[in-house]
Amino acid sequence: MESKINRYSKQLILINSFFILTWLIVSVFPFIWTFWGSFKVKADFFSRADWMFAVTGVNTLIETGDTSTVKAYVESWTEGEFWKATMNTIIITVSVVTISLFLGTLGAYALSRSTYKYTFWILIAALIFRAMPHITLVSGYLFPFFQLNVWGILPTTIIVLVAINQPFTLWLLYSFFKTVPKELDESALIDGCTYFQAFRFVIMPVMWPGVVTAGLFSMMLAYNDFTVTSLLLNQQNYTMVPKINAYLGTIEHSGNYMWAVSSVVSATAPLFMIIMFFQRQLISGLTAGAVKG
Amino acid sequence: MPHRTFFWFFFPSGLAMLLFIGLPIISSFFQSLHIEPEQILMEVEKCDPFGCKTETKVDIEATTKLQEEQPLGRFNGLGTYGDRNHLAFDEIKEAWTNSSSIAEFTDILLNLPFYKALLFTLTFCFAVTPPVVVLGFIVALSVNTITKSLKGPTIFGVILPMIVTPLIGSLVLFWMIDAKGILGSFIQFLFDDPNLSLKSSSQLTWITLIIYGIWHNTPFAFVVFYAALQTVPQDPIEAAIIDGASRYERVRHIVIPHLYPVATFIILICLMDNFRVLEPIIGFAAEGVAQSLSWMIYNDLRSENKMLFGSAGATSMLTIIGVAILLTPVLIRTWREFRTER
Repeated sequence: MESKINRYSKQLILINSFFILTWLIVSVFPFIWTFWGSFKVKADFFSRADWMFAVTGVNTLIETGDTSTVKAYVESWTEGEFWKATMNTIIITVSVVTISLFLGTLGAYALSRSTYKYTFWILIAALIFRAMPHITLVSGYLFPFFQLNVWGILPTTIIVLVAINQPFTLWLLYSFFKTVPKELDESALIDGCTYFQAFRFVIMPVMWPGVVTAGLFSMMLAYNDFTVTSLLLNQQNYTMVPKINAYLGTIEHSGNYMWAVSSVVSATAPLFMIIMFFQRQLISGLTAGAVKG
Repeated sequence: MPHRTFFWFFFPSGLAMLLFIGLPIISSFFQSLHIEPEQILMEVEKCDPFGCKTETKVDIEATTKLQEEQPLGRFNGLGTYGDRNHLAFDEIKEAWTNSSSIAEFTDILLNLPFYKALLFTLTFCFAVTPPVVVLGFIVALSVNTITKSLKGPTIFGVILPMIVTPLIGSLVLFWMIDAKGILGSFIQFLFDDPNLSLKSSSQLTWITLIIYGIWHNTPFAFVVFYAALQTVPQDPIEAAIIDGASRYERVRHIVIPHLYPVATFIILICLMDNFRVLEPIIGFAAEGVAQSLSWMIYNDLRSENKMLFGSAGATSMLTIIGVAILLTPVLIRTWREFRTER
């Protein structure tokens, strides 16, 4: 595309810029709006009178004496116990990422280096497992977990999320290890290393780019999960996403809407920052997935 | 790699998948064959000064005892699959004999819970996927042409809807679309109808959910197309330029054919992921008018005092069959790829 012949005409650049700007607004504006609105009171964010109130904060001024307030944040973090949900999310996310990378690298390395036919069937099985809707798995968990008395606690959820995450991690790391030249560890084997030593001293130093990408996806799955966490954890152990859903309230008792709005901002902000940092790895991972099914 | 070494390397990962993905599917199937125990009734004779009456009452003691003996309930075979909340064979038969026209029959059929959910799930899948592919392609082409220094931030902005979890994404949109929110008021202004609300009719709610689905899924299509665009060979494009092909012709005859395999991949992943749609329904509070298969399972398991394991298991099995049908093309594709690789 660098060649001079291929220059873009002025109209094309104009139309293109306009289109991209519109699309950016469509994808980003809802988040900016929610961020701004989270500093207002409910009467403003869901204003019956005029939607402009959400921008100017008329009712916020009347209720709190200022045009913006952090009341919803303070209340949801203290009274709403969002700090507890945040702690749980951190525990779950860190454990899931660590364990699933540990299991995934070992398994994917073996898959990429074995020449037997059964690796193919294992990968196919992993693909089928990846397609299973999580809720169907949860319906299978609940009854045995109740019987074994392990329902509602964090370790159970961590193991379940690790397992659900394995198929994708395996495929991603499998296609990554395929790009690592075989000669590297083969020469180590000839020098008298065992497979484990070859993995530990030859492969581990070069595998970090792939591991970062796989870790990023594990993190997003654990951090964003709703289906598993909302049904497998009890109320006290809720992570952020089911907690936000709980703030919305049920038919029986009305929730606190502004708590939910501010918590949405609290929950998405760290995620956005991490993604901003690791954007390149995220995209390379999605591409690897595209090339290798 | 020898079998033994392979086994030890793969064992932890394989065990985790077997125990927590393989077994639950079997466990779901087992549950679907059972049904919650009936409550044991007993007749009690109650006497007061005005005479004696016999009353039927739930024998709580015996019921709890039975529940402890058979926690899964009693064996019901494939009965749950055929009941009113699932495939509803009897209801369909009845509707077929009683209804006078095909329209009436379809009407009855689509009001049965399972078919209603199936209809929404499929509509959602097939309404969301085509726009996602087209929009993703256009955005990818468009981002590909902008200046290098602006690419990073633009890509970040474009992929945001994909990063957030569907529940949060749908809530964020829902708050704007709410009749009291900014988009809701704007739509009311546009159609000059102060009572118009996207929640008011089921069609409008479905459309809202589908728009949300497009918003959430387009970034994925964009990223994959964008990556694939980097691999388009430059030589044929330059040859086409020399031959005087316009930009449109170049895209139509060189770029698009190159991206066909990627497009099929996106379509299949999109169909599979949208088949499990659940969170948007909760986020948009649309349970009343739009139920999906996943939502049916969620609803069976959600109630704290009485979880309907049998019913949830049966719906799960039917959902898995649906996924299997959608998955077949992917499997065939992977199979072919592997064959050519070897």
